[in-house]
Amino acid sequence: MAITSIKNLKEFSTNNDRFEGAHLLCPGCAHSMIVRELMNCTDDNLVLASNTGCLEVSTAVYPYTSWDTSWIHIGFENAATAASCAESMYKARKRKGTLKDPDAPVKFVAFGGDGSTYDIGFQWLSGAMERGHDFTYICLDNENYANTGGQRSSATPVGAHTTTAQAGSVSYGKKQKKKDIVAIMAAHGAPYVAQLAPNKWKSMAKGFQKALETEGPCFINTVSACTTEWKFDPKDTINITDLATDTLMFPIYEIIDGHELNILYRPKNVLKVEDYLGAQGRYRHLFKPENKHVIERIQKDIDEKWELLQRREEARI
Amino acid sequence: MAKEFELNEVEVWDGNYAASQALRQAQIDVVAAYPITPSTPIVEGYGAYVANGYVDGEFVMVESEHGAMSGCVGAAAAGGRVATATSSQGFALMVEVLYQASGMRLPIVLTVANRALAAPLNVRGDHSDMYLGRDSGWIQLDAFDAQEAYDMTLCAFKIGEHLDVRLPVMVHQDGFTTSHKAQNVYPLQDSVAYKFIGDYVPVDDMLDFSRPVTHGAQTEEDWHYEHKAKQHKALMDSRTVIDEVFADFKKLTGREYKRVESYMMEDAEVALVLLGSSVETAVLAAKQLREEEGIKVGIVSPRCFRPFPYDLVREALDVPSLKAVCCLDKSAPGGAMGALFNEVSAAAYSTKARPMMTNYIYGLGGRDFAVDEAKRIIREQKAHADAGHITTDIQQFSGLRGPKLGFFQTRRG
Ligand SMILES: Cc1ncc(C[n+]2csc(CCOP(=O)(O)OP(=O)(O)O)c2C)c(N)n1
Ligand code: SF4
Ligand SMILES: [Mg+2]
Repeated sequence: MAITSIKNLKEFSTNNDRFEGAHLLCPGCAHSMIVRELMNCTDDNLVLASNTGCLEVSTAVYPYTSWDTSWIHIGFENAATAASCAESMYKARKRKGTLKDPDAPVKFVAFGGDGSTYDIGFQWLSGAMERGHDFTYICLDNENYANTGGQRSSATPVGAHTTTAQAGSVSYGKKQKKKDIVAIMAAHGAPYVAQLAPNKWKSMAKGFQKALETEGPCFINTVSACTTEWKFDPKDTINITDLATDTLMFPIYEIIDGHELNILYRPKNVLKVEDYLGAQGRYRHLFKPENKHVIERIQKDIDEKWELLQRREEARI
Repeated sequence: MAKEFELNEVEVWDGNYAASQALRQAQIDVVAAYPITPSTPIVEGYGAYVANGYVDGEFVMVESEHGAMSGCVGAAAAGGRVATATSSQGFALMVEVLYQASGMRLPIVLTVANRALAAPLNVRGDHSDMYLGRDSGWIQLDAFDAQEAYDMTLCAFKIGEHLDVRLPVMVHQDGFTTSHKAQNVYPLQDSVAYKFIGDYVPVDDMLDFSRPVTHGAQTEEDWHYEHKAKQHKALMDSRTVIDEVFADFKKLTGREYKRVESYMMEDAEVALVLLGSSVETAVLAAKQLREEEGIKVGIVSPRCFRPFPYDLVREALDVPSLKAVCCLDKSAPGGAMGALFNEVSAAAYSTKARPMMTNYIYGLGGRDFAVDEAKRIIREQKAHADAGHITTDIQQFSGLRGPKLGFFQTRRG
């Protein structure tokens, strides 16, 4: 694979883009950072598919497009199928000799929000992973249905306020735990699975490159801070993401061949989860005295998860 | 290279196998499919060709019919020939993507063995799934028997992929009565069939990186309407291409197909309009009644269900002697007159004779429709013609157990 190695942030910000700056995502939306990083980490030809969601509605509004490469959107749930069957078409045409440039390397990547990945498109994603296509699926996890105004998804964490799991006089927001999508994808036997974050952009670029290089279906969950629904100032996207990774709310790790777990970022100072929660409007209600127990539960869940990841890393199982 | 399949001049095939042979001969690049009764043997038949070296393309067994059609869309946008097969619940599960496929102008071929829709769950043939597809923007061709299932499938690729059309095409056959009934089928040799269809010509190919393309864009009130109008025009204009392809096919095989088939209409006083395998039953009943009782009856069947051949149906019914027409719909009408009744009545309204129009619902969930029942319905039309007015309810149910069911009367005087 032709890899572009980006040495510093300045180079990253001035790199020639196949994802055009002209799009309709909110200022400060992390989706665009993640997508740019994916597209800048390789020089190979790219066939991209997007599920319906903020990324899709903001980047292909006729007669404009932000995509200077092949791109397809079908529906909310089926980008994994679109990308994986485009890959099947590539194989068939390569065999039959009907490709214009048969020797140029091509990579197939599908993007989905957490809504389409954890919920409505779960079946399509699972099917594509099981079939073993050579493609990479990237979830832009902002923990809610942002495009439709901030409803809960099964990626929404405990205690967060969304419009369909609201905080109110008798409710502290979402009660159910976030689905562990990374473990589920690893359980598919995928050769490369990871959870990455755009503030740790070097490890993110490396993870993307690994996924693209690895033959077979790869899955990456990325934390994508959403200024509009998480309720923070657009200039703070990376600061919030720093808090997410430094409180271990979003641990950064990879799982190779379903068992070899490597932690990719170990904060020197692990921060208390209050620092992360307190920086976002969606958790404001948790700081009322009657909701103290929720913050305690969140911290306990984080500690247990971190313990589990460390033990798995050690055990290699 | 795929192996050539040795074929006899005449083979004994059922409709499913005939369709699967046509798919094989089209040298499809990607088939993405999911099994469901009664179309499963199309997919299994194709699977056997794959396993034995008769197919060069990819065969992707997806996790659902929604996945099958989604896979077809993704693969088609990547610039090659694609097809799949389904029925009933599988068809219903595909519906979201059927609209996306036609809106994205991707020439996918979908072979459908028609079957009822649940509830109650039923595996037998009726036209509920075919009717469910009628606003989806696909061309819908109807094969009345196994030979036609083969012929229409070959034609479907050539029609849909035509550069003036670029629309997806469904080929319907009746579940069980056609899909599982073996008959003599005259196939073409592999090379002849492939030459008839021709090589696939990619348009807006995602694998041509010299010209990046965006498929499936967003449009709101500014552009959606224009896209839909353009799509409708392409569908309406496909009529001439369908006629051309049928003409080419006749030159090659001697077998003649029309967008509307009509039988004995020249002097008809009464007529039945219906689709699918029942056409043969109705034609037989009509011939017998002409001989036995002197009833001048004709049969009309729109082989091309979409684009609806308004022009040719009107032409078929524009017979000065025509007094009464009954449209038979093999789909639960869901609180309306049958779709065929509505559309054929619209065409008949602008004929000179303006025949009386009635509607029968029949054959739901595979309820048998035999010659005797067709004859009874024809005699009823004759009674309307003789009385000069409709003597029954306008919508009735044929072959229903229990008390008679009917709706709406003609207002006279
Ligand atoms: C079948 C279907 N159901 C519902 C919708 C409405 N819808 C569109 S996008 C969306 C939420 C997207 O959420 P997510 O996948 O998390 O992406 P985000 O916008 O947050 O990036 C919903 C509910 C749809 N387009 N299609
Ligand atoms: S709502 Fe959130 S995810 Fe959507 S564009 Fe705005 S910041 Fe990005
Ligand atoms: Mg989301």
